[in-house]
Amino acid sequence: MKKWLTLLPLSLVLLLSGCGQITVLDPKGPVAESQKELIIYSIVFMLVIVLVVFALFTYMVVRFRDRPGRGNKDYNPNIHGNTPIEIVWTVIPIIIVTALSVPTVQTLYELEKPPESTNDEEPLVIYATSADWKWFFSYPEQGIETVNYLHIPTDRAVEFRLSSADSMASLWIPALGGQKYNMAGMQNTLYLQADEPGVYDGRNSNFNGEGFARQTFEVYAESDEEFTNWVEETQSEAPELTQDQYNALLKPGLLDKMAFSSTHLEWVKHGTLPGMDYAIKRHRDAYGKTLHLKNGEEEDTHEE
Amino acid sequence: MQLDEFFVTGEPLIYAGMVSIALVTAATIFILTYFKKWGWLWREWLTTVDHKKIGIMYILSALAMLFRGGVDALMMRTQLAFPDMNFLNSQHYNEIFTTHGTVMIIFMAMPFLIGLMNVIVPLQIGARDVAFPALNALSFWSFLFGAMLFNISFVIGGSPDAGWTSYTPLAGAAMSPGPGQNFYLLGLQLSGIGTLATGINFMVTIIKMRAPGMKMFKMPIFTWSTLVTAFIIVFAFPILTVALALMTIDRIFGSQFFTLTGEGLPMMWANLFWMWGHPEVYIVILPAFGIFSEVIATFARKQLFGYKAMVWSMILIAGLSFLVWVHHFFTMGAGAFVNSVFSVSTMLIAVPTGVKIFNWLATLYKSKIQFTVANLWALAFIPSFVIGGVTGVMLGMAAADYQFHNSYFLVAHFHYVLIAGTVFACFAGLVYWYPKMFGHKLNEKIGKLSFWFFLIGFHVCFFPQYFVGLDGMPRRVFSIIPEWMPLNVISTVGAFGMGIGFVIFVYNIYYSFRYSEREKTGDSWDGRTLEWATPTPVPFYNFATVPHVEDHDAFLDMKKKGQTTFDEEKLEPIHMPSSTGQPFIMMGIMFIASFGLVFEWLWMAIAGLVGVLIMMGIRSFDYDDGFHVEVDEIKRTERSARRL
Repeated sequence: MKKWLTLLPLSLVLLLSGCGQITVLDPKGPVAESQKELIIYSIVFMLVIVLVVFALFTYMVVRFRDRPGRGNKDYNPNIHGNTPIEIVWTVIPIIIVTALSVPTVQTLYELEKPPESTNDEEPLVIYATSADWKWFFSYPEQGIETVNYLHIPTDRAVEFRLSSADSMASLWIPALGGQKYNMAGMQNTLYLQADEPGVYDGRNSNFNGEGFARQTFEVYAESDEEFTNWVEETQSEAPELTQDQYNALLKPGLLDKMAFSSTHLEWVKHGTLPGMDYAIKRHRDAYGKTLHLKNGEEEDTHEE
Repeated sequence: MQLDEFFVTGEPLIYAGMVSIALVTAATIFILTYFKKWGWLWREWLTTVDHKKIGIMYILSALAMLFRGGVDALMMRTQLAFPDMNFLNSQHYNEIFTTHGTVMIIFMAMPFLIGLMNVIVPLQIGARDVAFPALNALSFWSFLFGAMLFNISFVIGGSPDAGWTSYTPLAGAAMSPGPGQNFYLLGLQLSGIGTLATGINFMVTIIKMRAPGMKMFKMPIFTWSTLVTAFIIVFAFPILTVALALMTIDRIFGSQFFTLTGEGLPMMWANLFWMWGHPEVYIVILPAFGIFSEVIATFARKQLFGYKAMVWSMILIAGLSFLVWVHHFFTMGAGAFVNSVFSVSTMLIAVPTGVKIFNWLATLYKSKIQFTVANLWALAFIPSFVIGGVTGVMLGMAAADYQFHNSYFLVAHFHYVLIAGTVFACFAGLVYWYPKMFGHKLNEKIGKLSFWFFLIGFHVCFFPQYFVGLDGMPRRVFSIIPEWMPLNVISTVGAFGMGIGFVIFVYNIYYSFRYSEREKTGDSWDGRTLEWATPTPVPFYNFATVPHVEDHDAFLDMKKKGQTTFDEEKLEPIHMPSSTGQPFIMMGIMFIASFGLVFEWLWMAIAGLVGVLIMMGIRSFDYDDGFHVEVDEIKRTERSARRL
C-alpha cells in the first residue's frame, strides 16, 4: 500500500522540477501560455481528487484489514448505503466539472482568434501543407515557399492555413501551442505566436505511414527585422518553384530543407475540394512503396 | 502470385515466428494423435454448447492473445528505449503497434471479459445455459476464426500498418495496398459478428432467464454490468460492421466512400470508427467494474455499498458513452462550439465514475479486508485507475487537449485506464472464479509475486509517459531523440517487469494444476452470489433445483436459511441442448471466405459464402431440440459432485 503513497510526492517532485524543461509547460508564446495555464489549473484540481481518494483508500485498507485478533470490532457487513453522503460525492464532482468547463470553453473560443500581440500588425499568413512525409510552408504575401523549415517573426500572430496533399497529418509545435489536423480537401486555421526568439521543434504528430517519425521541421522565431531580412534574401536568392518540380517533390519520400522564391498556391490549393486528389492522381503507384526506413540512416532525398 | 509474395520474407523475427508456429502446430497434432485425443477434442470442446466450456475457451484464447500483444509491446519498448535503436525498422514498428492495439482491444480484452461472462452470468442468475446456446458457440468460433485470420497476417501477406484506428485515407487502397489492411477489415468483421450475437444472447438471457424472485434490482452487480454492456454492444457494433464493410468495398471493389478521389469523405471514417470505438471503451470497462464490485464485496465480507447508485451510474455511463466520440479528434477543426459540447459531455462521465469509486471505498468501510490475490488486483485498481481517470478529465478539456493529442500523455492515460481497469479485472476475475472453472485455486504465494511484479512494472512503465508526452513526444514514432531517453528507458524497464509478472502468472496456472488442493465444496471463498451455490465441478446443467431468490446476495441468504440447490424432493427432468458441430464448421467456412476476400480471390470468397448459406439452410431444417436429463442421472451426478 505504501508504494502508492510514495508515488504521489514523487509525481509532484517530477512535475515541479520538470516545469522548467518540459516543453508544453515551458511556453514560448501566448497560445501555449494559455494552454499551460489551463493544464496547471486542472492539475491542481486533479491532485486534490487524487489526494482525497488516496487518503481515503489508505485509511480503509489499513484500518479495516482482517488482522488477527480484530474480532468483530468495527465490522458491520450490512451497511448498504447512505443517501446524504452519496449526494455529497455526486455534487462535488459536478462542481469540479463545472469549474473545469468554464475556462475550457473560454479558452476554446479564444483559440479561434489570433492572440493579442505587442505590435498591431495583422497576423502573418502561412499555408502549411503536409505531404508524405514533408512540410511545405507557403508565404503568399511574401511570395516565398520553404520545405521542412519555417521562419516567423516574434510578437506577431501567425495564421496557419493547414491542409494536406495526401494522408491526414497534424501540425504541432509544442513550444508555441497545441495542434490541429491537416487534411486534404479542407482547410483548418491555427493561430500560434512566438514571444521569445529561438529555434523550436515542430512536427507532424498524426501517424501517416512509414516516414512519419521523420516528418519534422524547425521553426526559427526571430525579430521583425531579422525576419524581413530572411524574406528578402529568400526572395532574391532562392530559385523559383515550377509546377513540374513541385509535382516531383510531392512524391512520397523524405526531403531536405529547401527554399523557393514562389509558391505552389498558384496552381493548387490542397485544402479545397478540387485540389484534394492532386497528389494522389500524380503519384498513386508511389504510395505503396516502402522506404525501408531505419534509425540514423542518411535520409534518402530525391531531388529530381 | 509468387510464393514469396504470399509469405512474408526478409525479416529474421518473422522467420522465427514462422518456425515457432510450425513447431507448436506439429507438437499439438502429435500430442493429440499420440494420446488419441481427437475424438475427445471434437466431442468435448469443438462441438460443445455448454456456456462454461465456451467461456473457458474464450479465456484461454484471450490469454494467448495477451501473450501475443504483450510480445508486441515488449518489442516496441525495446525499440524505443534508446535513440539509435535499430531493433525494428519503421515499417515493422508500424505493423507491430497496429497489431498490438487491435489484438489487445478486440482479441484480448473483449474476449477475456466475454469469457468470464459466459462462465459466470448464467450461474449468477440461476440459469442452466444462455438463451441461445448454439448461437453462443457460433459467437465463440467467429471470434476465434477472426482472431486467427488477423494473426496469420504477420507470416502470410503482411500485417496491417495503419494503426488500430485505421484512419483513411492512409488505410485506403491507394496508400496501403496489399492484403495487410484487408486482414484488419475482415478479421474484425468476422469476429464482430460473434460479438454482436453475444450482445443479443446475453441481453435475452439476463432479461428472460433469471431464477424466480430475482427482480432486476436484485441481480448481482456483475450481471448488471453484463446487461448494460450487452446493450452497448447491440447499439455500437452495427456501426463498426457498416464502417468496415464500406472500407472493404472501397479497397476491394473500388468504391469511393473514404478516398481522396471521387466524392470521398476520408474523415467520415474517423467519425464512424469512434462512434463505435468510444462505446467500445466502455464495453471493456463496465464488466470490469462489475468484477471489481463482486471481488471487493466478497473479500471485504460486506454488502456492496450503494448498489442502486452503482447500477444507475453504469446506465448513465453507457448512455454518455455514445455522446462523446468527437473527443478523439478535437483537433479536427470542428470549431469552438462543437468542441465545447463534446468537452463538457466528456468530463461529465467523470461524475458517475467518481460515484462508483467512492462507493467502492465505502464498501471497504467497517469491513474485514482479506488480501487474497483476487482482492489485491481489485484494490490496486482503485488508486491506479484514479490516476488514469483524472488525466482523462484533463484530456477531455479540449483546449488543453490540443497539446495532449497524439502524444505520449494520451498513451499513458489510456493504458492507465485500460490496464488498471480491464487487465486488472481480467486477472482479478480469473483468480476469483478459477476454482469454479477448474476445481482448484491458484497458488496464492506465486499469485502475489506475479501481482507485485505486474503492478510495479505497470506504474514504472506508464507514469513516465505522461511527462515524456508533455515534452512533445508523439505516439507511434519508431525512434526517439536523446532528450526523451531517460524516461523511455525507465518505461521499458517497467514493461519488462509486467512481462515477468505475466510469465509468473502463467507458471502459476501450471504449478497450481499440478500441486493445488482440489476443491471439495463449490463455495471456495465463502461467496455471496449464486455461482457459488453449485458444486465444483459444475454439472453441465448447473442447478439441480433452482432456488427462489429473495435478496441481492442470494447465496449468502440461502446459507443463512440452510437452503441448497440440490433439493431431492423437487427434482424434475432437465431439458438441455444437444452439442452441435455446425457453429464450428460454419465459421470455418466463413474463415475461408474471408481469407479469399483478403487476397481478393473472389472465386474463393464466393464459394465460401455459398457454403455458409448452405450451412444456414441445414441449420434451418435441423429439428434436434435437445434432450432431457432424467432425475436418476441428476441424483447420481449431484451426489458424486457433492460427495454425499
